[in-house]
Amino acid sequence: MRAIENEFVRRFVVPAVASTALYWILVSIAYRNDYYMYVLTMCAINVIGATSLNLINGFTGQFSLGHAGFMAVGAYVAGSLTKFGHWPFVGALLAGMAGAAVAGFLVGLPTLRLRGDYLAIATLGFGEIIRMLIINSDKLGLKFLEGPRGVPGIKRYSTFGWAFFFAVVTVWILANYIWSTHGRACGAVKEDEVAAEAMGVGTTTYKVMSFTIGASFAGLAGGLHAHLLQLLHPASYDFLKSCDFLVMIVVGGMGNLTGSVLGALFVTLITEALRKLLELRMLAYAVGLICVMLFRPEGLFGTREFSLGALRFLAPRRPVSQVGGDKSGAT
Amino acid sequence: MALLETKDLTINFGGLTAVSGLNLALNTGDLHGLIGPNGAGKTTVFNMITGVYLPSSGSIIFDNHNIIGLQPHEITKLGIARTFQNIRLFKGLSVLDNIRIALHMRANCSVPAAVFRLPQYYREEHRIKQRAMELLKIFGLQDLAEKTAGSLPYGQQRRLEIARALATDPKLLLLDEPAAGMNPQETKELMALIRWIRKEFGLTILLIEHHMEVVMGVCEHIKVLDYGVTIAEGPPEEIKKHPKVIEAYLGEEIKSA
Amino acid sequence: MELLQQIINGISLGSIYALIALGYTMVYGIVRLINFAHGDVYMAGAYIAYLIANRFSEETVWRFPLILLASMGGCSLLGMAIERVAYKPLRNRPRIATLTTAIGVSIFLENLVRVAIGPNFLGFPEIITRTSWEIKGITISNVQVVVPGCTVLLVLVLHYVVHKTKAGKAMRAVSFDRDVAMLMGVNVDNTIRITFAIGSALAAAAGVLVGIAYPRIDPYMGIMAGLKAFVSAVLGGIGIIPGAALGGLMMGVAEVMAVQLFSSSLKDAIAFVVLIVVLLVKPTGLLGKVASEKV
Repeated sequence: MRAIENEFVRRFVVPAVASTALYWILVSIAYRNDYYMYVLTMCAINVIGATSLNLINGFTGQFSLGHAGFMAVGAYVAGSLTKFGHWPFVGALLAGMAGAAVAGFLVGLPTLRLRGDYLAIATLGFGEIIRMLIINSDKLGLKFLEGPRGVPGIKRYSTFGWAFFFAVVTVWILANYIWSTHGRACGAVKEDEVAAEAMGVGTTTYKVMSFTIGASFAGLAGGLHAHLLQLLHPASYDFLKSCDFLVMIVVGGMGNLTGSVLGALFVTLITEALRKLLELRMLAYAVGLICVMLFRPEGLFGTREFSLGALRFLAPRRPVSQVGGDKSGAT
Repeated sequence: MALLETKDLTINFGGLTAVSGLNLALNTGDLHGLIGPNGAGKTTVFNMITGVYLPSSGSIIFDNHNIIGLQPHEITKLGIARTFQNIRLFKGLSVLDNIRIALHMRANCSVPAAVFRLPQYYREEHRIKQRAMELLKIFGLQDLAEKTAGSLPYGQQRRLEIARALATDPKLLLLDEPAAGMNPQETKELMALIRWIRKEFGLTILLIEHHMEVVMGVCEHIKVLDYGVTIAEGPPEEIKKHPKVIEAYLGEEIKSA
Repeated sequence: MELLQQIINGISLGSIYALIALGYTMVYGIVRLINFAHGDVYMAGAYIAYLIANRFSEETVWRFPLILLASMGGCSLLGMAIERVAYKPLRNRPRIATLTTAIGVSIFLENLVRVAIGPNFLGFPEIITRTSWEIKGITISNVQVVVPGCTVLLVLVLHYVVHKTKAGKAMRAVSFDRDVAMLMGVNVDNTIRITFAIGSALAAAAGVLVGIAYPRIDPYMGIMAGLKAFVSAVLGGIGIIPGAALGGLMMGVAEVMAVQLFSSSLKDAIAFVVLIVVLLVKPTGLLGKVASEKV
């Protein structure tokens, strides 16, 4: 019982306190400056997008290039619910998550038979199809979505507070999932599907589950994104947006949750910092990306989970390293 | 009633018949061997029993279940575990995680319980870890629990694979060339281990092996395949003398053994 | 009649996709890399032709072939440079690393052109004076003859190179099994370089032809065309050269048909629908063979 109480402190109390503290620190630094607050909000949204993609690509070993499509579903569902349905913000976000989860499930199911590059291309195709559906939405009977013109006038509900809260919750949930018996099953799927099946892991279930969970959080990121931009537009969720998330997790280190948090922050901040270069911005971004891949192909933050400040509590240490700790607790 | 019974098990790949009309019957507690030259279809038999391949015709009854058409993980759940000829550990994961993954199937921890860290999660994780460490101890791997599975020497990887198979709590264990690549000392230890786990876990074992010493030493009953067809079966002494077997494949090896 | 007209239009477009798809398929066959920058090499080919054509505006019969060859030469150098700088160092790394690098190269090329030449649409100079004939209600322009004609010519040359030359033999060997090829004394580095050079030259040809057929170019023209060409390669069976040509033609015709029958906003969607259907029904493509994993 003692151990469980300690666990309770470690898994619930400490993350809550640490993230609240981090929140106030960030707000006290940035609150005077709208732009800083915007960048911080963007960071939080990208953390959600990157960590959820890492569940699919890094931890389950699948290869999705269609994350922006799920984001689009979340954005459009949540955005139109607050604008046209006058739903409360959080309710609309959850509905967006649900919508994206359905999309993820539908994409995950048929792509099961595909591996590696083929899977990447198929998910890319699905992402683009979602975008094309949105572009043609006005012809498909959903006139209010305005097709290629997009829907303006979404209320700016996505404050930094909300985005930060949801980012913390996302990382917490994903970490708990990944470092559980279910997460290990995902790891087995990533390592060797034949062996995973032979050990009783239903690979189909875990692949679809990863796609569904990953997509639902992408939908959350999309919902937040729409209420930050105050606009629903199909061009916001194109192939390049999916690439952005891919870059974040590769730069952060595949299969490394802390890495994708840092990768998301890193890429978002660099992109913002490069705005001053105007025309040259994307050129510098590309050169930077190529250099990172050439000189640190395992990602800037390697493959190890970091224990950095508050993140240490958000991302529990790998169970492997707990062996020693638990043993000493038992004796 | 046999634990595992196959009747007229046949599989064709394209025009090639890899296994033809195989009849197997294993009773609880049996330790049988399946031998034959390379390409005789031994591993294919394992792949059919474990659901990796779908037989073209014939039946497989395991523990009163018709298991043809089931997914491999469903068959594992019914109680058949296997090792692989070319070792398929989760190489990038730790030794402990390899075992814990095999324990996953029988763990009772829902996704919400894991995500929201409910008491059920702690109870199951604790149980899984304890059981995994027990198994590692049996196989003398407990000090390597945190090592990456792929970094272990070959013999230990073979042992880990057997431990992992046992973690699924099987009734029937299929060992695919467990002694491949082992030195004489390791082979000897392996033979003792196979006998011991059968007794300790109350297992039924079907073994594919090239090492005649192992097959003849541990198996009570041997079936010989050649080009997918059963050419002989019986106790080791008989097999050693069987003219067809000697002709097909054993020849020199048997005489020297 | 209308149908025939659409097929003729589709073949023009399809031969451009086919040329790009050939490069994709060759590179994939040999290094198992989806070269996301390949579409941008095609874009570069169009821009090189644009720059040369504007400088040498003399009207001669040789103008078109010279521009075509210059653009192909320039892009094969570009392709080799990309391979050397961005892919070779990562050859034995996980595929996601090379794929990410390829995306980086793609963004780099697009923005290089954007910064150096400009972000807007440019009109492509008329290298070939357009004329058209009308036969029984079907309009055929000389461009619609030149574009597929060039494609057929290039595919024949490619076929010759792959099947009749030493370099081609090496390419086939490396794509079959790189390690064994190396053991047999094939210079793998060189072979990969040559593959990139040839693939990029074909993409450049596609860039020039697209400039002639649809005289509008922009720095991002390679993204969608590249994706569609990739889908064509998958459709025909990736790694298979005749498959890429076939897939490209089918893609072009399918696209023109979709626009005609439904709406022009479906122009891009059709490619992805085709992709998903192919991947689900026959992932190895029309001409592909099934390879199963040994357990």
